[in-house]
Amino acid sequence: MEPMPQIPMLSYDVVVIGGGPAGMAAAVKAKELGLNVLLLDENDYLGGILPQCIHPGFGLHYFKEELTGPEFASRLARRMVELGVEYRTSSRVLEIRNYSDLEKVVIFTSPAGVYQAWAKAIIYAAGARERHAFEIGIVGDRVAGIYTAGEAQTLMDVYGILPGKEIVIVGSGDVGLIMARRFALEGAKVKAVVELMPYPGGLARNVMILKDFNIPLYLSHKVVEVRGRGRVQRVKVVKVDENFNEVPGSEFWIEADTLVISAGLVPSVKKLKKIGVEIDPATGGPIVNDRLETSVPGIFVAGNSLLINDLVDYVAEQGELAAEAAKEFIDKGGIESRNWVKVEKGENVRLIAPHYLSGDRDVHLYLRVARPMEDVEVRVPEIGKRLRLPVVKPAEMIRLKLKAEEIQKAGEKLTVEVVGA
Amino acid sequence: MKTRVAIIGAGISGASIARVLSRYENLEVHLIEKAPDVGWGVSKANTALIHGGYDDDPEKYPVRARLCIRGNRIWHQWVKELQIAHVWNGALIVATKEEDFDELEKLLERGRKNGVPEMRIVEGDELFHLEPGLTKEAIGALWVPIVGQIAPIPAVIALVENAVANGVKTHLETEVTGIKVENGEVKGVETNNGFIEADIVINAAGLYADKIARMAGIDYFEIHPRKGEYYLFDDDVPGPRRVLFPTPTPVSKGIVVTTEVSGHMMIGPNAQDLPPEEKEDFATTEEGLREVWEGARKLWPNLPPKSKVIRTFAGLRPEPTGGDFIIKAEEEVQGFINVAGIRSPGLTSAPAIAYEVAEIIQRDLGVKLVEKERWNPYRKEITHFFMLPPEKANEMVKRNPAYGKIVCRCNHVSEGDILEAIERMKFIGVKTPSVDSVKFRTKATTGTCQGSFCRPRIVQLLAREYGVEPWKITLKGRGSEIGIGDVKALLRGDEA
Repeated sequence: MEPMPQIPMLSYDVVVIGGGPAGMAAAVKAKELGLNVLLLDENDYLGGILPQCIHPGFGLHYFKEELTGPEFASRLARRMVELGVEYRTSSRVLEIRNYSDLEKVVIFTSPAGVYQAWAKAIIYAAGARERHAFEIGIVGDRVAGIYTAGEAQTLMDVYGILPGKEIVIVGSGDVGLIMARRFALEGAKVKAVVELMPYPGGLARNVMILKDFNIPLYLSHKVVEVRGRGRVQRVKVVKVDENFNEVPGSEFWIEADTLVISAGLVPSVKKLKKIGVEIDPATGGPIVNDRLETSVPGIFVAGNSLLINDLVDYVAEQGELAAEAAKEFIDKGGIESRNWVKVEKGENVRLIAPHYLSGDRDVHLYLRVARPMEDVEVRVPEIGKRLRLPVVKPAEMIRLKLKAEEIQKAGEKLTVEVVGA
Repeated sequence: MKTRVAIIGAGISGASIARVLSRYENLEVHLIEKAPDVGWGVSKANTALIHGGYDDDPEKYPVRARLCIRGNRIWHQWVKELQIAHVWNGALIVATKEEDFDELEKLLERGRKNGVPEMRIVEGDELFHLEPGLTKEAIGALWVPIVGQIAPIPAVIALVENAVANGVKTHLETEVTGIKVENGEVKGVETNNGFIEADIVINAAGLYADKIARMAGIDYFEIHPRKGEYYLFDDDVPGPRRVLFPTPTPVSKGIVVTTEVSGHMMIGPNAQDLPPEEKEDFATTEEGLREVWEGARKLWPNLPPKSKVIRTFAGLRPEPTGGDFIIKAEEEVQGFINVAGIRSPGLTSAPAIAYEVAEIIQRDLGVKLVEKERWNPYRKEITHFFMLPPEKANEMVKRNPAYGKIVCRCNHVSEGDILEAIERMKFIGVKTPSVDSVKFRTKATTGTCQGSFCRPRIVQLLAREYGVEPWKITLKGRGSEIGIGDVKALLRGDEA
């Protein structure tokens, strides 16, 4: 790799990539710990996706108070300003280079020019992207009126544009349900929410939206085709069996001018992959230890780039943890290598992070089940840990706290399983 | 006195003709297009190949056979003059059965007859050296080094920009409704935007060339659409180095596996014949896409998971009666030139078609063409921020901070790139602002996220630069508006 004498150079302890809740919480914590920090964000404003989430439901854990997305974001942003954290908006990372453990470079562009920011550690908190219509195999006409839920939300709540008036929503995850309500509140007719799984994908409080607004929910159904000239005119829906195969003869058409795709999020980690960060196919994010350090020493990850979270509070918590780890990394010249305890997925666990535990600290494990179950125990057999839960759903992330002394009992690995109580 | 020429259709053929004719002092050239922008018809969705010229039988399809190889040679020059993105990576026509070699020998023979240089049959280590990821079933291939790829719509845009810079007038969103013929001579073209007088009318109307010809009273051919579907994969999926064809069958060159110019692996097309009236059916289908997948897997067994698909699309190729290109001055209507049935290899042949038309004007219509003293063969490509080395980028940003601001995060397209695209849209007469016009010039919205992050920002820029409300910005022309009004429009009861 070539040094780049032509580009202006900046120097920091930590560069935080991403100005959403994970990045801002990380930058605040890093600054409080005395580190010299730069936060970069590509948008014109801080907050990531939060400023367009104008509904409540944020902050109960982190701020002990229910807030809207913009309120949550502005509290963190205000804290950044109070502490004097250096940040640059409209600044997009072009490339990350890893010269050595304590020498990393983030090349970014901004309206002031292209810069290279040198840092001892990087906290990567770039969020996620949404899966789009092509990715989920919808065929037919490529017309106007097909939006991801986040794009529809940006149009409505950032730019004040109403995308359409007769809406079909693919996916009953939280974002899809919240957008169903959003459209209904603006006078649009939400004709259907179509869900591939036999159960709704969102948090219970959001599933209530469908009842509140009298919106039909089609479980075990999928949208397979869009037709229209210029604009969406109708969408074809078909029933699926338990193996997700289409049931012949079950198809029907819904007239609509807008199709909103809310088919899940994918961590944005392309730039990390390019420098060799190992990815967990289950989470879509990097494989990390209990410092949220990736397989490349000194690169930490937090928020939806780590794994898709359903509460912003957890995202902010991960940001803080990554900042504390960056401090340790810089002070000690690296996270000590040791006999890490490997976390393994047991019965009905679809994904889990972090992947390696040191045993020198308490950790929160974040996990999701593969299928819903009632009256279960989350068990870690190696250490005899049990947590009883009335119900688990893939939509609701489980946060399992393990104490340092519990982890120390584990040996080489510990397995997390979700089984009938 | 200038001879007035009306070209119907701003696709690759019409645009190439406009550029070639823009060279002559004594022609006044009008380029007429019903779409809001150029290159949105047949030219928009195809395999984007500059073919080798070996597979058209000179006995059966003499015009195709002659113009394909000639077009290939001219493109080698035009991509430089017009700064069109391209790659000359060569093609392998792959044999997986012993009997395929008979067909390859035939192609080799035919290619030599057509004047294709440097072709040969490769086997064993050499084959896998040329293409390491090829199916292990492959036992040999015809190697055609002169095959390449360009970006087809950017090519049309480049041609039209250059033609306009040399004096060609464009009429976009102008649909031809009639051809005026008096005493067996063309007098002009009737359109939804009024009458355009012309001494020569060139019918380069793609799928609608039969309809336009009939307006002039010529009905000896019909065009039916042949649909082909494609998959495009994310740019982190490793694709082949070469263009890979299966050994062709009598109806089709087969399903191609390739890495297109912007680095995305692409597979397709299948071939489905549609009735002549279904010229607007651009829908992808489950069956068609399945056929493409199965076909591609025979050459490239390591197809990525479906989650790596970033786009599927369908294109229509105009299949004429008889199968050969129809390029001629029609004797019964003086001044009317058909450029019809330009199916594959139309993109490859376009420059040769354009010179052929110039020759027809001179030879058959008796117009002596006088070259301009000053004609500009060059056109500068739009700035692509993602291609600039950092020090160049900083020079651009110093001049205009918009170049430092990224709008499309997947492809690193800057606000400066987009503003430049809008300027160029206006330069060639684009009246209805659309996201697709920006997309084809800048590559914004074509990455992993397919525009879900950047489209709303592009809409803002288009709205500002065109001075219209953002919800009136279209995806691809009238009838494809981004929204129906401001967010309170329905509640107020006054949606747009």
